[in-house]
Amino acid sequence: MAEIRVEHLRKAFGDFVAVQDSSFVVEDGEFFVMLGPSGCGKTTTLRMIAGLELPTGGKIVLGGEDVTMRRARERDIAFVFQLFALYPHMNVRKNIGFPLLAQGMPSAEIRQRVEETAKLLRIDHLLNKSVSGLAGGDRQRVALGRAIVRRPKCFLMDEPLGTLDTEFRDLMVHELRELHNRIHATTVYVTHDQMEAMSMADKIAVMNHGVIEQFGTPREIYDRPATMFVADFIGSPPMNFLGFGGGLAKGSKEIVVQGAKVAVPEVREDIAPAEMALGIRPEYIRFDDASKLRGAIYGTEYLGTTQIVAVETADGIIKARVPAEIRLNTGDHVGLALSSARLSLFDKGSGRAVRTAIHDAAVEARHG
Amino acid sequence: MSLTTAHSVVAPSANAKLIAGTIIVAYALISIVPLLWIFATSFKTPPDSIAYPPKIVFQPSLEGYCNLFTTRTRQTPEYINSLGPATGFCDETVRKRNMVIAGPSNFMPRFVNSLIIAFGSTFCAVFLGTLSAYGFSRFKVPLADDLLFFILSTRMMPPIAVAIPIYLMYRELGLSDTALGMILLYTAVNVSLAVWLLKGFIDEIPREYEEAAMIDGYTRLQAFWRTVLPQATTGIAATAIFCLIFAWNEYAFAALLTSGTAQTAPPFIPTIIGEGGQDWPAVAAGTTIFLVPILVFTILLRKQLLRGITFGAVRK
Repeated sequence: MAEIRVEHLRKAFGDFVAVQDSSFVVEDGEFFVMLGPSGCGKTTTLRMIAGLELPTGGKIVLGGEDVTMRRARERDIAFVFQLFALYPHMNVRKNIGFPLLAQGMPSAEIRQRVEETAKLLRIDHLLNKSVSGLAGGDRQRVALGRAIVRRPKCFLMDEPLGTLDTEFRDLMVHELRELHNRIHATTVYVTHDQMEAMSMADKIAVMNHGVIEQFGTPREIYDRPATMFVADFIGSPPMNFLGFGGGLAKGSKEIVVQGAKVAVPEVREDIAPAEMALGIRPEYIRFDDASKLRGAIYGTEYLGTTQIVAVETADGIIKARVPAEIRLNTGDHVGLALSSARLSLFDKGSGRAVRTAIHDAAVEARHG
Repeated sequence: MSLTTAHSVVAPSANAKLIAGTIIVAYALISIVPLLWIFATSFKTPPDSIAYPPKIVFQPSLEGYCNLFTTRTRQTPEYINSLGPATGFCDETVRKRNMVIAGPSNFMPRFVNSLIIAFGSTFCAVFLGTLSAYGFSRFKVPLADDLLFFILSTRMMPPIAVAIPIYLMYRELGLSDTALGMILLYTAVNVSLAVWLLKGFIDEIPREYEEAAMIDGYTRLQAFWRTVLPQATTGIAATAIFCLIFAWNEYAFAALLTSGTAQTAPPFIPTIIGEGGQDWPAVAAGTTIFLVPILVFTILLRKQLLRGITFGAVRK
């Protein structure tokens, strides 16, 4: 297993820049997820790490070795494709043993390694079956088997659960993470599904338009989004934004939104007057008639333990996640109370988050 | 309008099935009768073959096949009587017509020429076609579309239009009447078809298969050999049949460019007519044998052929 270091990676297809200046480090044994909408450059980045595409610029270092321009087969990595790419003309055993055959391993040893791997993935009873008859989950396990049988430096996975049914997907998310906990393989996993990313990743990089918007743990990304894009992309429903004007002074602890004073985490930098946005997750909104920030109920979405309530305010619809027991009627006027410690502030122009006390907390948490 | 009976849109009614069946059987008969006629004629005696009205029921005879494989000379009955007893079935048969066998005919060598040239050129066309189709399918080839169009354009003119220049070139190059010359020629004609057909098939094979193999430690060539080729067999079989049928049946170039050692069966078979009267049973026997290889090849590959023909059509 090995560390993956990506430095100033860039890829252009003609005029189109798929990846621009990406840098990140995946530590040895880490489960790293690249998350973003389709076309954001996450798969291209993965393919460059694999050696299936050559970068236009930058460097890829795998376990201390510069592999930027090396062929895929010289990199000692394993790749799990979205469509699994199981060879239809071979049975399960031959599919899993295929990478070992390339190394010229004696057949008795291949046999043993394939059986060990199959046992690990609980597919040993399928070894002599044809791959075309397998169910989605089992195909996925065979594809994983083909990846881990060789004990490569790292695993690269390109939306490996994308084609599975929801039911299988939840199961496989769990299985993948469990497998990772057992073998501690450095893994780079690409997905557009935030649920997969949040539940499996040690670290996440959120990408958009070829740029890494934020790199961090799932918790950091959820609680302290670095940009409005990340705040909007992560979370279901996503973070709400309330617009406000004027600048911010270092040390201020209060802003004015729609005529209501809102306490915010202490601001740590001076911001010149501009269009700003207050970001708040739906679960940090409570209904409180004392609040000056008001709106009318527009609709509710019942989810069992909670409900999502859409509230029409002067600045558009705000969604709040509140306990399911609260009885609400469409058209009711409610006051909105926001949990001050959980608020994020953004510069609307650049989309960048303003430095506040929540970032200090993060630094403390990291060092403590 | 009456709406009393509900018609299924998908399942044909019994009547429709009957009509369709009748049309298919009728068409099959129309197509098969000439072949059956040739087959029957090959087992007739020369007098039966030209009898009028034509004989549907007749005494089968292998005289046509004897005549096909031998050359014979006419002799007086006295001379024939002076010979010893007949050495075999054919000897006996031809003696009844006051003839003796002079030696083997050229049919076998011509048939073997056909086999060598048709299978040789098919192999070359499919081999080259597979590699170039793979290249066009997987790599960024500069001007790929123009090159593909150029390859196709070689088929836009009937090949025979260039017969005279090719005849002159072949004479200069010493390729006239050689198996190599014919193989090159048929390969050149077939390779465009092969590239286009196979490109379609290879495009359908996801490139993840080779990518997976290349990541797993194989070179591109090994990946191609072990993952692409096994999945392209259907397309390769279908392409091979098309190429083989063309090369096997080709008459015009064969008649023009081969006359002796490299002559193929198609120009040879008509020459049988001239040898001692119109020997229709021998011609029919030659034609019947000529049909066998394609028949066998097609039957052997029929599964792939059928899948191959429907494969691209259904998916796109």
